[in-house]
Amino acid sequence: MERPVRFNTNVKQVEAPASFMGDGFMATSFDKVIGLARQNSLWPLPFATSCCGIEFMATMASHYDLSRFGAERLGFSPRQCDLLMVMGTIAKKMGPILRQVYLQMAEPRWVMAVGACASSGGIFDTYSVLQGIDQVIPVDVYVPGCPPRPEAIIDGFIQIQSLVGSESLRRRNGERYKALMDSYAIQ
Amino acid sequence: MPLTNQQIIERLTEKFGQDIFDIHEPYGLLTFTITKDLNLKVLRFLYDEPDLGFTFLTDLCAVHYPDNVGKELAVVYHLHNLVENIRVRFKVFAGTEQPDVFTATGIFESANWQERETYDFYGVNFVGHPNLKRILNVDEMDYFPLRKEFPLEDQTRTDKDDEMFGRGNLIGLN
Repeated sequence: MERPVRFNTNVKQVEAPASFMGDGFMATSFDKVIGLARQNSLWPLPFATSCCGIEFMATMASHYDLSRFGAERLGFSPRQCDLLMVMGTIAKKMGPILRQVYLQMAEPRWVMAVGACASSGGIFDTYSVLQGIDQVIPVDVYVPGCPPRPEAIIDGFIQIQSLVGSESLRRRNGERYKALMDSYAIQ
Repeated sequence: MPLTNQQIIERLTEKFGQDIFDIHEPYGLLTFTITKDLNLKVLRFLYDEPDLGFTFLTDLCAVHYPDNVGKELAVVYHLHNLVENIRVRFKVFAGTEQPDVFTATGIFESANWQERETYDFYGVNFVGHPNLKRILNVDEMDYFPLRKEFPLEDQTRTDKDDEMFGRGNLIGLN
């Protein structure tokens, strides 16, 4: 016999998008439904290099639980993931490798730069550190902090979710996106 | 009887005489300087002699002294005698125009990567090294970062405000 749930009783459910309801059916637009599905089931790829990676480990653990937001399944293969989370200092030697990982991800893909080092080189303004990953790949959300608290990482994740949910389905075929990719020399 | 610094100095001076100079013992560590063409002979001597037995190369690094014209790059070797637990250090000077030093890889295998690192950061050319190329920096880098003339910071940044980093607006201050 099942034990009744005692503690986690007010679980917040995702709201259905505005739709035309009928008897046994619900009609909405693809944008809304696909956006909803994507945003609540993002599969992140943790590209954890240094200290921010440890903060990410804390975020995924039970106290700050990132899987509440749908990111239960972390993939370590870029082929299977939607969100590339770059956490930690990226050296100039690591730049091409990071780019290679980004290129192997399938569209639609998003990038989150966690921490000061990934966003701008952090305190390491030196000959060996890449001054921000946006020099090699396009970034969607930057999470500042050194290291950012797990709450901050979750906040960044929520921002990614809102970007994902509100993204137009044709965005990645448009001119502006193409120009962005060209500026990074990505086909 | 345990090996002492005095005994090491005596052995070295009887073998090499005036080529060993600038002997001093900062913090008890015997330090001396030799000319750069003798480095392999001294290493071999310290390694092979049964009563000296310095068989462990702890460190091989370099220092850049921009003021010593003609002898800017110092290559420093730290050796350790594991049996007697005694260390010794010696320095070899080379100028930037001709930074050639003989490689120690024939005697110590660990010198392989250490010399690559020294080449990568200071530009010291180790003659006879099997694979002298950059090890820690990006392969395409064309300068030697740890020499004093190169600034630490990435010069392509436009957003760093000098005022906030305590540099004022003085010319020539990196």
